[in-house]
Amino acid sequence: MKSERRAALLFLAPALVLLTVFFFAPVVAGFALSLTDFDLYTIGDPHNIRLVGFDNYRELIGSSIFWTSFVNTMYFALVGGPLTVAVSLAAALLINAKAARFKALFRTVYFAPVVTTLVAVSIVFKYIYHPRFGMLNRALDTLGLPQPDWLGNPKLAMLAIIILAVWKGFGYTMIIFVAGLQQIPEELYEAARLDGAGAWKQFRHVTLPLLAPTFLFVGIVVAIGQLQIFAEPYVMTRGGPLNKTVTMVMLMYEQGFKFWKMGYAAAVAFVLFLVIGAATLVQLKMQEKR
Amino acid sequence: MTRRVDTIVLHGVLIAGGLITLFPLFWMLSASFMTSGEATTFPPHFLPHHGTLAQYRELFLRLNIGRAFLSSAIVAIAVTIFSVLFGSMAGYAFAKLRFGGKQRIFGLLLIALVIPPQVGMLPLFLLMKTFGLVNSYWGAIIPSMVTVFGIFLIRQFMLSVPDDLLEAARLDGASEWRIYWTIVLPLARPILATLATFMFMSTWNDFMWPLIILSDQTHYTLPVALANLSGEHVLDVELMMAGSVVTVLPVLLLFIALQRFYIAGIMQGSVKG
Repeated sequence: MKSERRAALLFLAPALVLLTVFFFAPVVAGFALSLTDFDLYTIGDPHNIRLVGFDNYRELIGSSIFWTSFVNTMYFALVGGPLTVAVSLAAALLINAKAARFKALFRTVYFAPVVTTLVAVSIVFKYIYHPRFGMLNRALDTLGLPQPDWLGNPKLAMLAIIILAVWKGFGYTMIIFVAGLQQIPEELYEAARLDGAGAWKQFRHVTLPLLAPTFLFVGIVVAIGQLQIFAEPYVMTRGGPLNKTVTMVMLMYEQGFKFWKMGYAAAVAFVLFLVIGAATLVQLKMQEKR
Repeated sequence: MTRRVDTIVLHGVLIAGGLITLFPLFWMLSASFMTSGEATTFPPHFLPHHGTLAQYRELFLRLNIGRAFLSSAIVAIAVTIFSVLFGSMAGYAFAKLRFGGKQRIFGLLLIALVIPPQVGMLPLFLLMKTFGLVNSYWGAIIPSMVTVFGIFLIRQFMLSVPDDLLEAARLDGASEWRIYWTIVLPLARPILATLATFMFMSTWNDFMWPLIILSDQTHYTLPVALANLSGEHVLDVELMMAGSVVTVLPVLLLFIALQRFYIAGIMQGSVKG
């Protein structure tokens, strides 16, 4: 018993030390940092650091670029999140259909974008979205449809990034939905059929309610991921046009690592943390109500 | 009759979805073998008319992308080895060893799953700076050497290892390390493969932290090098497509070879969690 405790300590030591020093301590320090005026001069001489209370948060609330990044991030999450969930549920239903053949092949194909490198596919999509020679506008041209400047138009840029994010991410949640669907007992569908329920009624009254726990998990995972959006706009638009694709993480990166306004950037990061926490809590509460 | 029609429609939609999903990857691959300027001609070429490796030669011989490839491989392999070793040690302790405060410590660790890593990145950078690890492979490796996700994944699996087996080994006088190394690890091989696949791919694809910590071209990983290149070579579509292929292909092939393990990891993380 005593030797077991000592062994446990040794087995846990590397993980606990690494997580404490390189994850938990920096997170706590991040909050402390957000209460200081840490900037370029502090990097040169650490003695310059001053506690400024919640000044960074006040500056944040008063600055328009912060609100722009907040609105952009929420737009990306609130449109892109549900869209990803809808597309992945549809794909899961198709793949899971009894009549479907080559399930493994389709699963691999739909999942492939998930494992690709975000930076690389962002570059690929940047060219696909090119107003003149991009493949998307050429297809629209063939169909006789208008051909917008996807990434150059302030109204469309974030939408174009959302489409990339859905393409990149739906395979992941699809797999989770397939796992959820396979746990629904076949007898329930049989009973519903005996009661004369058609495909839609079966979906509405058997599939959806029984997928509720899966929806909760998917919703939380997708929201956490979406709110951290950074690489797509960094590569495709650099936050433009007209700051329409500046996100909260991007603002944190630029303020913190380009201008070295680390106190301010840490405050941005903490607000992001609160937003993610709120998004998780809201979904947990919604689930409880149901 | 309608059932037949349904089946045909179902497969029509599945195939259409598959083609749309694969098109960007197909076009990336195709354009990477085109001569400069061919990807922007009217009418468009879907396949290169005279396939060429010119873009790849340019990337490897002149732009030195091989170096970034090597950096990516070093960082991803190191992270994979460390995270599997440390993650399995901790996962085993949480699943099978008895010690005070076990549940409380494990519960605290799980909090990490909802904390966005960006929150700690600024202090982490300053910490790395004091250690002199900015612009070094270690700077990119250390923060991922163990993940809570990995510990969680392995703990879930090891809960099903029978206690009798471990007790029997203890009675035979085997040391705790020996039990872990010769009994537990071989049993856990499938989950170790899952975690290894997961960690390799996510590290290979990681962008933000390497971008922050690797400030010099000599240490750039592929995504950082690629993002950098895309700024300088905006108009070289074919070159950038070749760069994307070099970055994406290794993980894509690895996924196709090991998808059993990768997908098992997602299922484990969702259904059983």
